[in-house]
Amino acid sequence: MSEITYYLLGGIIAVLVLVGISLMRKVTTARLGNLLNAVATVFAVVLVLVYHGIIKSGLHGLIIIFGGMAIGAAIGLVLAYRVKMIQMPEMVALLNGLGGAASALIGAITVFNLSTAYPVFELTTAVLALMVGVVTFVGSMIAAGKLAKIISGKSIIWKNHSLITTCSLVLLIIAIILNIVLPSIITTMLVTVIGIFFSIVFVIRVGGADMPVTISLLNSLSGVAGALAGLALGDIPLIALGSIVGSSGLVLTQIMSKAMNRPLKDILIGISPSQETPTVKAEDVPKEGDSPEDVTDEFLENLLKNAKRVIIVPGYGMALAQAQHLVERLARMLEDRGSEVIFAIHPVAGRMPGHMNILLAEAGVDYDKLYEMDDVNPMFETCDCAIIVGANDVVNPAAREAVGTPIYGMPILNVDYAKHVIICNYDKKPGYSGIDNPMYHKTNGISMLLGDAKDSLSRLINLIK
Amino acid sequence: MPQWVYLLLLFIAFSVIGYLIIKQVPSLLHTPLMSGMNALSGITLLGALLITDLLVRNNQILLSYLFGGLAVILAMINIVGGFCVTERMLKKFKKGDNK
Repeated sequence: MSEITYYLLGGIIAVLVLVGISLMRKVTTARLGNLLNAVATVFAVVLVLVYHGIIKSGLHGLIIIFGGMAIGAAIGLVLAYRVKMIQMPEMVALLNGLGGAASALIGAITVFNLSTAYPVFELTTAVLALMVGVVTFVGSMIAAGKLAKIISGKSIIWKNHSLITTCSLVLLIIAIILNIVLPSIITTMLVTVIGIFFSIVFVIRVGGADMPVTISLLNSLSGVAGALAGLALGDIPLIALGSIVGSSGLVLTQIMSKAMNRPLKDILIGISPSQETPTVKAEDVPKEGDSPEDVTDEFLENLLKNAKRVIIVPGYGMALAQAQHLVERLARMLEDRGSEVIFAIHPVAGRMPGHMNILLAEAGVDYDKLYEMDDVNPMFETCDCAIIVGANDVVNPAAREAVGTPIYGMPILNVDYAKHVIICNYDKKPGYSGIDNPMYHKTNGISMLLGDAKDSLSRLINLIK
Repeated sequence: MPQWVYLLLLFIAFSVIGYLIIKQVPSLLHTPLMSGMNALSGITLLGALLITDLLVRNNQILLSYLFGGLAVILAMINIVGGFCVTERMLKKFKKGDNK
């Protein structure tokens, strides 16, 4: 195969992937897009195998390549079909990490195999591939561990954490330069070890609601690691696809951090919102015995039975309680009674981008009832009842009103504009931002059902049976 | 111009194109999109194939089994797992009239 043909085919593969991604913009064509991406990947593998004559690399080469691919495919299939929808965030993080680990290995081996000739560009990109790969791998594993609650999902902050982060970053840069100038096993090990340490320091302090941002950032890094490995090996399809993944992850990261009103920098260096400013107390603290929790069945029944338009607002609490099926049931029952029911999805509700959409889709909610924030916000004023299921910060009116608090300016769902709000939250504690929710202290137009969302939803469902 | 300049330009060009396309994906599909991109990042398999080949040719058989093989397996899990998980998620999205 001539070089021109190789470049041409590489270009076609890249275009296929771009078309595939474009198709993923619409639900109706998304599956086709995913299939196209998979097909393009297969083409890319075949192209590289043929062009570089890898097929002819002897018995050992064939065993490793085809045996390895078979083992990997088998494990991948088992993982993909065993995992439950509720475990998707950690699954995505885990898979992402494995790709990063592969890139790191490629980087490390390239460093060794180049060490006699010292081509600076290849050496630099190989070392960077190793570093970014290690960070992707370790970071994703910690993120997956946090999401699966193997390690505490909260932000873990050590003494002098910022200082340790800065020091390990400086050490990492020194190790990278050393590895480029003096490529050897020792310097490669140094980059790996410091890289691992840096990733731990870096991801361990990311907690809770900052997870969607971290996940999309790690996703971006895995693409960057692949592209860097491609640069080191001079492989066109790898560079093309790696950089597409890298930039797409970056877009998502940007969208997420914008939706949280938190600069990416703050999330990365672990300024958790609660430690910046003390919590703000809501002004209208109610009198004793006059609380939104005192809500009678008659009232709720009346409310739900007469509501023409209901908006349900899910949050991470719904995922925690695994209440998505009950939410769907409630919505269906209300619809059967003639109400219009839609869902309002905040971009950062949950623990990964689009988390709520996946859970509700799994429960059987039609996707055309899932509304994005900007589309649904004008509808709250005309809705008779909004039902919050395990959401807090994303519906906190303090974001509009409490100037100077960390969440001020964060775009929220204007749930409090609804005629009545039913809040099915576990407790009255502030959300991740640490900012008290003034809605919890209002008595007018708010009903609070504290406790497990499953119990609260069952109560509502029983009322309208 | 040396080859690396072209490679670097390619890297930048595809980053920009990818950025422009992804910007228009609705948040409804962010999870499948992310997991689709995640599957694509397993394309680092190409690199794993190349280094395995390199090691075998240099007669570093043990290294090629250990590191090359490991890299191939890991990348392949990423690809196959990623695409299948994405497919599973996308299958869940249904529209009202399909029911």
